[in-house]
Amino acid sequence: MIWFYLLSGLFLGWSLGANDAANIFGTAVSTRMVRFKIAALISSIFVILGATISGAGPTNTLTQLGAVNALGGSFTVALASAITVTWMTKTKLPVSTTQAIVGGILGWNWFTHSTTDYRALSQIVSTWFFSPLIAAIFAIILHRISIKIFSRIKLHLLEIDLITRIGLLLVGAFGAYSLGANNIANVMGVFVSAAPVKDLQLGSLIHISGTRQLFFLGALAISVGIYTYSRKVMLTVGNELYKLTPFSALIAVLSVSLVLFIFASHQLSVILISLGLPPIPLVPISSTQAVIGAVIGIGLAKGGKGIHYPVIGKVILGWVITPIATALLCFIMLFFVQNVFEIQVMAP
Amino acid sequence: MKVLFRKTKELESQIDDYLDIVDRSALIFLQGLKFYFENRKDEFEQRYHDLRAMESKGDFLRRDIENKLYTHTLIPEFRGDVLGLLESSDTVLNRMAITLLNFSIENPEILEELWPQYIDLAEAASLAVENMVKAIRTYFRDLSAVRDYINKTLFYEKESDRISEKIKREIFQKDIELSRKAHMRVFVHHIELIADEAEDVCDRLAIATAKRHE
Repeated sequence: MIWFYLLSGLFLGWSLGANDAANIFGTAVSTRMVRFKIAALISSIFVILGATISGAGPTNTLTQLGAVNALGGSFTVALASAITVTWMTKTKLPVSTTQAIVGGILGWNWFTHSTTDYRALSQIVSTWFFSPLIAAIFAIILHRISIKIFSRIKLHLLEIDLITRIGLLLVGAFGAYSLGANNIANVMGVFVSAAPVKDLQLGSLIHISGTRQLFFLGALAISVGIYTYSRKVMLTVGNELYKLTPFSALIAVLSVSLVLFIFASHQLSVILISLGLPPIPLVPISSTQAVIGAVIGIGLAKGGKGIHYPVIGKVILGWVITPIATALLCFIMLFFVQNVFEIQVMAP
Repeated sequence: MKVLFRKTKELESQIDDYLDIVDRSALIFLQGLKFYFENRKDEFEQRYHDLRAMESKGDFLRRDIENKLYTHTLIPEFRGDVLGLLESSDTVLNRMAITLLNFSIENPEILEELWPQYIDLAEAASLAVENMVKAIRTYFRDLSAVRDYINKTLFYEKESDRISEKIKREIFQKDIELSRKAHMRVFVHHIELIADEAEDVCDRLAIATAKRHE
């Protein structure tokens, strides 16, 4: 039965893979700098590695927001989020899986009268604002540095092309790792407190926790999404907001990957605390929004011409609609699941 | 990784070799015309054959470069521009070969007092081509210098326009048969076209450079 409940999470994972892998490899594939097969293989491997190795931090923050503790509840929250993501994608509004799942959890809190941790909520919501901003700042800085370097070393056009290709693969791998680490919380976070997955002991050395197994499963769903549907998204995405060259795409992806990594890295947070600095909240962020921030950053670094500003309005509309729509949908679905199908959505 | 860098280096040197061919062809063309006007017909014919050999070598190299750029999907965003530049510079090379061919076949009887001006015109055309080649080379390595060489090419193209107009005016003031005047004028036009083609390449190059600055 647990497998049936997990299906909605896997659906959400599939949808994340289909949509968000394009944020990492979209321009590289659409400009034919990297072949889709290679992009899909690298992103699948590194999403799985990122999710299973470093996925815990952002998941804890989501659990603080609302510890969905019954499988029926987790199933409904993930399904409501997946439906919203699919609907928003169909209406061509930029959508964030993170915002959908947060909306879903808030809907569950609302339905079950559970208290919402407003500190965790404010941390998450503030990153929706800060992550694109930080990505834009990174993009501007990286763009300026790269321009200075290239104007000094005077490489041949073909050498720049080769370096860009290799860079897109390496940065893409880092981006996929960070995406897995940061966004696995969206896919499997709501199941962590509810799913009774036992720890796995292989011999005396290998111990795989239940949470890690869930993350691995979610990452596999993301990989399936990448292989089955992301090609289409990759080939159509990219030029709506600002036309990127492959080299600009490299800068954009590096900026996004850094932002995803910063908000997922437990080790980095520990280092900052040891230096007497405030810790970075480990929060699932939206790669789509970070990409938008990075692309605007590059556009501004190049003088601000050619940015399609009306698209930003659409993005903000997406920010507002996604969590509200998911919360409402989740509330209604929880009502039906509990009262019509008589499935427990909250453990007493 | 090493293989990729080696292949890139190979293609880079092929592009350089191709541009060397265009550059050397401009010198051969100039030398050929000088031999023509010095009545050293054997040496002129030798230069014409050298230029034809260069032309076919250039064609082979250009096709190989184009083939590699396409099959390895290299520089996807600038490939069209690079192919356009290589093909249009090939047109310049062909134009020089055709001009020497026409001298070789038609053997025009040009008035002796106009010979120095014909050589001046050929020098201006040759310099336009040399600077065009330099401009293309810098497009690959140093975008900031492209403009300087484009300006030099445009200068020599204007110079060739000026010289050709002067020669044509002088031709038609001479008391000789109209057919001979027309024949001499056609050869002025042949040489003048070389600089015009070099100018066209530079116009294309200016747009390609602006695209890379985006």
